[in-house]
Amino acid sequence: MTVQECYEAMGADYDDVISRLRTDERVTKFLLKILNDGSFQLLTDSLAAKNMEDAFRAAHTLKGVAMNLSLTALYHAAGPMTEALRGRSEYGAELEPLYAAVKQEYERAMTCIRALQ
Amino acid sequence: MRNDKKKILIVDDSEMNRALLADMLSEDYEIIEAENGMEAIAVLHEHELEISLMLLDIVMPEMDGFEVLSMMNEKGWIKSIPVVMISAETGGAYIDRAYDLGAVDYISRPFDERTVMHRVTSNFMLSVKQKEMSEMLSAQIYEKEQDSSLMIEILSHIVEFRNGESGMHVLHVQAITEMLLDALVKKTDRYPLSYKDIRLISNVSALHDIGKISIPSEILNKPGRFTPEEFAVMKSHTVEGAKMLSDIPFRKNEALIRLGYEICRWHHERYDGRGYPDGLKGDEIPIAAQVVSIADVYDALTSKRVYKDAYEPDVAVQMILRGECGAFNPLLLECLTDIADALKKELTVISFGHVTENSIHDTVKRVLKSGPDVSNRSIQLLERERMKFKYLSDISREIMFEYIPMPEMIELSEWGAESLGLPVKIGNPVDNPLWNRVFAKDDFTHFLEKIRATTPENPVASDKYLLYIGGEQKWCKVIAKAIWGDSEKPVFEGAIGKIMDVNDETTAMEDLEKKADCDSRTGLLNHNASKRRIAQRLTETKDKHYALAFFDLDNFKKANDQYGHLFGDEILETVANRIRENIRSTDIAARMGGDEFIIFMEYKDKVEPQIQRIFQRLTVEHKGFNVSVSMGVACVDSGCGIDYDTLFRMADTAAYTVKRRGKSGYCFYDDSMASLLDHGKEE
Repeated sequence: MTVQECYEAMGADYDDVISRLRTDERVTKFLLKILNDGSFQLLTDSLAAKNMEDAFRAAHTLKGVAMNLSLTALYHAAGPMTEALRGRSEYGAELEPLYAAVKQEYERAMTCIRALQ
Repeated sequence: MRNDKKKILIVDDSEMNRALLADMLSEDYEIIEAENGMEAIAVLHEHELEISLMLLDIVMPEMDGFEVLSMMNEKGWIKSIPVVMISAETGGAYIDRAYDLGAVDYISRPFDERTVMHRVTSNFMLSVKQKEMSEMLSAQIYEKEQDSSLMIEILSHIVEFRNGESGMHVLHVQAITEMLLDALVKKTDRYPLSYKDIRLISNVSALHDIGKISIPSEILNKPGRFTPEEFAVMKSHTVEGAKMLSDIPFRKNEALIRLGYEICRWHHERYDGRGYPDGLKGDEIPIAAQVVSIADVYDALTSKRVYKDAYEPDVAVQMILRGECGAFNPLLLECLTDIADALKKELTVISFGHVTENSIHDTVKRVLKSGPDVSNRSIQLLERERMKFKYLSDISREIMFEYIPMPEMIELSEWGAESLGLPVKIGNPVDNPLWNRVFAKDDFTHFLEKIRATTPENPVASDKYLLYIGGEQKWCKVIAKAIWGDSEKPVFEGAIGKIMDVNDETTAMEDLEKKADCDSRTGLLNHNASKRRIAQRLTETKDKHYALAFFDLDNFKKANDQYGHLFGDEILETVANRIRENIRSTDIAARMGGDEFIIFMEYKDKVEPQIQRIFQRLTVEHKGFNVSVSMGVACVDSGCGIDYDTLFRMADTAAYTVKRRGKSGYCFYDDSMASLLDHGKEE
């Protein structure tokens, strides 16, 4: 699988990422880093522990990562999650569908990236 | 190898973001990473001066980006380290807040390599430029301080403070002078004054009372009336001030000095000719002095002094117009009337205005001084080193010098310059007569050659020279270390060294040498020393006639036996004294050991009269002991190939002949004695 095919499979914007990061090698290098990035796990754990502050930062970081690598689908899921958590101190049920969307996109991306290895 | 890359601090909690940025920048910059605000502050503490630029995220645990900015403001780091914000937070409020806190720019996510590179590079360049400009500005401010106008102000303030005045008088006189002159040139073209002339006169007007520095303060600050004697002293400040300026050894022709002279000397003259010190009348008084005179009077009237209260400005003008305070040029009185109202206003703001200007200066300086400016620090360090060196070189009481090859000059330590009676800096020393007088040209050139012949491994050269110090020739040791550049092919960059007076040591050494050459009993030379000197004469000179007389004392053993060794010693000393008294300074006399002596002398035509005279003087009875000698004399022409040893044996042989004939007498060696040469010492 090429980087471009991987991007298509993830619902991500290959043209955008390559225009900013310039080479496939660099894009691959940073895609693989996501595998070790703890943000999603932190988001999951923080929501479970109802730690809103950490949940916000985790969602925010994940959004940032998605944005950096032009992972459009994941970014569009993480964005609303982040905004819903910003400045929030109480857990609420409305967070659940947002989290589910993030989870789905995150797992899709991970599967594709692993296939790139 | 040294790492020349500039350091960039990346502060972001996302490892991925840091990695991305590092990846983009690491080719051109060295990257330091911090994963939250606290870490960033810790890095800044340690590497403050090395960080060229900082990339700062806003949303972070521990301490967020805004808090980092606040802290940087508090510590003053924000002035020396440009901060570029990084964030996906594109909201205007966030960016505004970061700008308010001193951030210079921001990069939004997602990162675009070209944008990142461009923002980082241009902000980095900008901050470098800013640093350079702040240094240039400092330099300009410094130069301004050097300005003559400022020097004038300082000088005149010294006088005023001594005079117990506020320091404002000078400023007022300056302002009034300028206004009067402006009014004057509008009114008439009798006095051709350009705008520049007016500025200069008003500047120099500050000097009008510098002569007061020479007035005793009891008189200067006396509250009551002056006695006639005191008034005479007080009046002398005009002439004294003018003299101070005309005594300045150079720049006599500068307008500033010339105007200063006029103003100092004649600002108490009166238009009617009844002023002092010279009683000049009308336009005999230079216009500059006329104007300063009226300005001086006006300000004196409107200010409080030890002997009076202040008059209202209008009253003061009226008093002047009515001629109560001196006689002035009617034109200038008109001008004073013209500017009276403006003057009232001007003088009230002047104090304020001036203070404001000063405080602006101070602020600028303070702003430039604050913040960790690397170059300022190194300058401070350098300054401290210089101070240390100066102090040490001064207390060491040694003549230290630096030799600079390009442009060629010698720079002496202050103490060195003083003790050599030379200026600190001596240009073109090789041909400088001042320097040559101390350090002869040949000697100095010799020393320079020695220094230049050193190597970076062995850069020190030293030698002894006869220098002329304080009116005397003195032996000095000159030692210096060459400074070699550290490029691959070392270049001679000069030398540092010192000059030590070793005259006493050298003299002592010469005395020691002399002692080593002397026979301790008689003070004459010993055998070795005389041999050395005679041999030298024989080879060094040409076509000179020399005679060597060798003799011993007849019956010396008997004298010892009969009268004791002390008497024997006395005889030896007596003979030595007689020799000394009867030879010339160029002759060489020595005691060979025991009772044997030699005298080596030059003669012109005949040697016999000389020998005969000496022989007679030697053979005089001493305390009942009949001193008699057996003397052999050998003659030689220098450069003829006969060496000392041969000559000595010839004289010895002749003496032997005398002994064989029955002692007490002298005889000359001749060829008939050749067969006896080897028997000389047999007896």
